[in-house]
Amino acid sequence: MKNVIPFVAGVVFAIGLCLSGMTNPEKVQNFLDVTGSWDPSLAFVMAGAIGVHVGFAQWAQRAKTPYFSDSFAWPSFTRVDARLVIGAAIFGIGWGLSGYCPGPAILSIAHPSRALFAFLLAMAAATILARKVFERPRDRRANEDAALSRT
Amino acid sequence: MTTFTPLASAVGGALIGLSASILLVGSGKIAGISGIFGGTLVPKTGDTAWRVSFLAGFLLAGLAVSRALPQSFGAPVTRSLGVAVLAGALVGAGTQMGNGCTSGHGVCGLSRFSMRSLAATLVFLGAGMITVLAWRRLGGAP
Repeated sequence: MKNVIPFVAGVVFAIGLCLSGMTNPEKVQNFLDVTGSWDPSLAFVMAGAIGVHVGFAQWAQRAKTPYFSDSFAWPSFTRVDARLVIGAAIFGIGWGLSGYCPGPAILSIAHPSRALFAFLLAMAAATILARKVFERPRDRRANEDAALSRT
Repeated sequence: MTTFTPLASAVGGALIGLSASILLVGSGKIAGISGIFGGTLVPKTGDTAWRVSFLAGFLLAGLAVSRALPQSFGAPVTRSLGVAVLAGALVGAGTQMGNGCTSGHGVCGLSRFSMRSLAATLVFLGAGMITVLAWRRLGGAP
């Protein structure tokens, strides 16, 4: 079950993305173009996704363990900090420029083009670089916060 | 122009929510694509197999849908490789720096009522809207 559940989740996620319209970058840009050729469809994607997930997410936060593993992998860091806001802003600019967020971009390997490969290679390289740069400092600071809150 | 598709988009969204629920309730993991992708590229011992399984199902289903419903994939909006590289680098760096993307923050985090995810979602939506506005007004490709 350890690998079956993530596999099934990946299948369902991909079908959902394709049906939702998010694998069409022009549609994504039109969703963001609120003062121009606005296409509000993607608000319905978010509403549908949260509508289904919110009950399970709330249940999971009260549950001790998931059904087929030992623990929940909740994020340990909960403060809104500059790194979060700047990171989200950088992501938003790239998302607006291309109409691709990570899921639809990776999924579009099924419908390849030169521009998509250029996007994916740059995204992968930046992902590796940013992981190396950012992973450690926050872990250290989160640990310091935990140590402070214990004293 | 693209057509307004409230029903298809809501059904697709519901499946995304179902996938996130299967992964959370079954495996205790958060269905954030940038996190799953990043953790696969920079693996940690004991925390990689489930990511590879997820991505395998994800890509296989994508290939199947591209056969059955090829029209669900649109062409990239820019043919400029420079813009594609810039956008890809921004998406990769920004999602790792901000610990999430549209799925991790916009679906999973908001469903948990996380303040970090609410802040991130408002910021990336705002930044995306301003970017499209500027890009299209400056005569960039639609």
